[in-house]
Amino acid sequence: MARFSDENLAIATQIISLYPQSRSALVPLCHLAQSQDGWLTPDAMENIAELLGLQAAEVLGTASFYDMLHTEPVGKYLIGICTNIACMLNGAQEVLEYAEESLGISVGNTTEDNLFTLEETECLADCGKAPCLQVNYRFFGPISNEDFDELITNLKSGSLGSQIPDHGTINRVLRKQGLAVSMSEISSQRAEADKQIAKRKAAQAALDASQKGEGK
Amino acid sequence: MTLSQPVNIVSSRFGLENSFTLDTYLKTGGYKGLRKALSMDPEQVTQQVLTANLLGRGGAGFEAGRKWSMLKPNPVRYLVVNGDESEPATFKDHYLIEKDPHQLIEGTLIAAYANQVNQAFIYIRGEFALGLERVQQALNEAYDYGAVGRNILGSQFSIDIVVHPGAGAYICGEETALIESLEGKRGFPRIKPPYFPAVIGLYGEPTIVNNVETVSNLPWIINNGGSSFASYGKGRSTGTRLFALSGRVRQPGFYELEMHTNTFRDLIYAPLLGGGIPHGNELTAFIPGGASSPWFGPDHLDLALDQDEVAKAGSMLGSGSVIVMDSTTCPVRASWRLVRFFARESCGQCTPCREGSGWLEKIMSRIEQGRGREEDLELLLDVSDNISPSLSWPPQQTTICVLGPSIPPSILSALQLFRDSFLLHIKEGACPYG
Ligand SMILES: Cc1cc2nc3c(=O)[nH]c(=O)nc-3n(C[C@H](O)[C@H](O)[C@H](O)COP(=O)(O)O)c2cc1C
Ligand code: SF4
Ligand code: FES
Repeated sequence: MARFSDENLAIATQIISLYPQSRSALVPLCHLAQSQDGWLTPDAMENIAELLGLQAAEVLGTASFYDMLHTEPVGKYLIGICTNIACMLNGAQEVLEYAEESLGISVGNTTEDNLFTLEETECLADCGKAPCLQVNYRFFGPISNEDFDELITNLKSGSLGSQIPDHGTINRVLRKQGLAVSMSEISSQRAEADKQIAKRKAAQAALDASQKGEGK
Repeated sequence: MTLSQPVNIVSSRFGLENSFTLDTYLKTGGYKGLRKALSMDPEQVTQQVLTANLLGRGGAGFEAGRKWSMLKPNPVRYLVVNGDESEPATFKDHYLIEKDPHQLIEGTLIAAYANQVNQAFIYIRGEFALGLERVQQALNEAYDYGAVGRNILGSQFSIDIVVHPGAGAYICGEETALIESLEGKRGFPRIKPPYFPAVIGLYGEPTIVNNVETVSNLPWIINNGGSSFASYGKGRSTGTRLFALSGRVRQPGFYELEMHTNTFRDLIYAPLLGGGIPHGNELTAFIPGGASSPWFGPDHLDLALDQDEVAKAGSMLGSGSVIVMDSTTCPVRASWRLVRFFARESCGQCTPCREGSGWLEKIMSRIEQGRGREEDLELLLDVSDNISPSLSWPPQQTTICVLGPSIPPSILSALQLFRDSFLLHIKEGACPYG
C-alpha cells in the first residue's frame, strides 16, 4: 500500500483546503505519506501529484530538497546525532563513533534488521542538552555512551512504547476543522476594514490640519 | 557582579506544570492581550509595538512596528510566523513553541489583527515533532475557546491560523526561502529587491514575516503597554531576550534577561545563569549571536547584551545564542565544523556561496587534519574575498541572501584570535588539543 488510504485521503483533502494555493500542501502531504509508509514511495508521490495537479517529478524535485523527506526506505527508527558546534564541544563526535560501532553501521546506513538508520545531523536546536540526538524526531540529551546503549535496548524491547512512533509520523494531533471563514468572506471583511481605516486616517488628517490652522 | 532583577516577559510560564494547556494559559492571564487589542483600532496596536521598539528576534533585529508600517496596502495580505529555528546553537524558539504554544498563538492573532491579514501561518521546523503536536493541540483548543476563527472573542474580527511543518533545510529560515517553502517549493531565497515580503511575499501578496520570539512578546506588550516594555533595556535594545547559552559552560540553557543591563560575563559566569566553565577552565573565545556571527575573545566579556553595542564591537547579537569555548576546544576544529555546516546548507543558487563554501570547507578540513599547506591561510582570505569582497563588517553581499557572505567573517575572526593554533596545525601537522 503506498497510495493514501481512505482515512488518509480525507486528511489530505482537509490539508489541501487550508491553503489559498493547493501546492502549499506538498510538504505536509509528503509527511502524511511518510507517516503511512515510513518513507516517501514513488506511488505516494504519484498520488500527491494527482491531488495537487502536478507532475510526480515536481513532487520528487521538491521533496529531494528536504532532509526529512526520504525517497528511499529507512529503518523503523531514524537516529539522528547532532555534531554541530555546541554538541561537538561536548563530545558529539565520540557519541557518533560509539553509535556506529555499537550498531555496526556507518552514518547513512540501515541495520540489516531494518530497525535502525543512523544519520549525522546539523544543529537540532536542543544545544542546552548537548550532546543530543533524536529518534524519529523525539529528543534525547545529554547522551553518554551508556545512555545510548540503554536507549537502543529500550527501542528494541519496545518499552518506550508510544513515546516514539515509527519513522515518518511527526505530528499525531489532527487539526479538528478546516478553515472557519472562507477566503472570499475574509476578503470582503478586510475590504470593509480598510475603508474604515482610511476614513479614520482622513478624519485624523483633517483634525491635525485644523489644529495647525488654529495654532497659527 | 550585580544582576538586574529577573524579568519574565516571554518565559513566565516555563516553570509551570502543563504550561502548554489552555487551562494553564487562561489561569495566568492568557488571551487578555488579544481581548484588549480587539478593543483598539488596528493602528493603535501597531502604535504600541512602535512605542515598545520591539526589535525582531529572528536575527536581523529590525523593528517589528516599522516592518508592519511598511506592509503594502493591498486587498490580500498574509502573516507568516517563522519557527524554523536552525541557526547552530539557537534553541529559544524550540522552547517557546513547546512550552507556551498559546502565547505564540495569541501573539500571532495580535499581529494578524494589527495588520488585518487574510490568513496567518505558523511555520514550524519539521524536526520539532513535539512542538508541532503542542501547537496543533493548542490551536484546536483556541478554536474551541473562540480565540481563533469566526468573530474572535465576540468581536467583528475573524481569522484562520494554519500550522505548517518544515522538512529539514536550514535555508528555509531565511524569510523569502520560508515563503517559497510554504508555497510548496524548494527553499530557494528570492532576490531583494523586488521580493521584499512586505511588498511581494506569499503567493505574490504583501506578507509580514516575524520570528516566534518576536510574536511571543506581543501579548505582554498589549497588556502592559509599549512604554512599559521600552522601560526595560536601554536605547534601541528594549525589553528582554531569551538568551540561549551553550558550549563549554556548567549550566547551559535558556535565560530570559533584560536587554543591555547584563554583560556576556554575567550570562556566562553568574551562579544562577551559566555558572562558569567546567573544571574552572579558562574561557578562550565566545560567539555572541549564533553561528553566523564573528567570534569574540575574553577581552569582550564585559560587553553589554545590547544589539547596537555588539554590532559596534564588530559582531552581532543575532539570534541571541551564545556559544562558549574553553581551553579544551580546538578552535580550528570548531571553525571547520561551522564552515562545513554552511557548505552543506548553501542552497546552491549563487556561485560565490555554493563554490566558495565548498572550497573553504576543503581548506579548513585539511588544516584541521594536519595536512594544511603554508599558503592555505592566504587562500582562505582569497576565497573569502571572492564570497564577500573587501571582507568588511557587516559583510558586503554579492549573493541572493546573506548565508554566503556571513561565512567569511566567522572564519576570519577565528583566524584572528587563534592564528598560532592554525599555524601549529599547518607546521606541525598536529592538533595540540588531541
Ligand atoms: C540563512 C538565514 C537563516 C535564517 N533563519 C531564521 C530562523 O531560523 N528563524 C527566524 O526567525 N529567522 C531566521 N532568519 C531571519 C529571517 O530572514 C527574518 O529576518 C526573520 O524571520 C524576521 O523576523 P523578525 O523580524 O521578527 O526577527 C534567517 C536569515 C537567514 C539569512
Ligand atoms: S547566498 Fe547561498 S544560501 Fe543564499 S541564495 Fe545564494 S547560494 Fe543560496
Ligand atoms: S549544536 Fe547540537 S543541538 Fe545545537
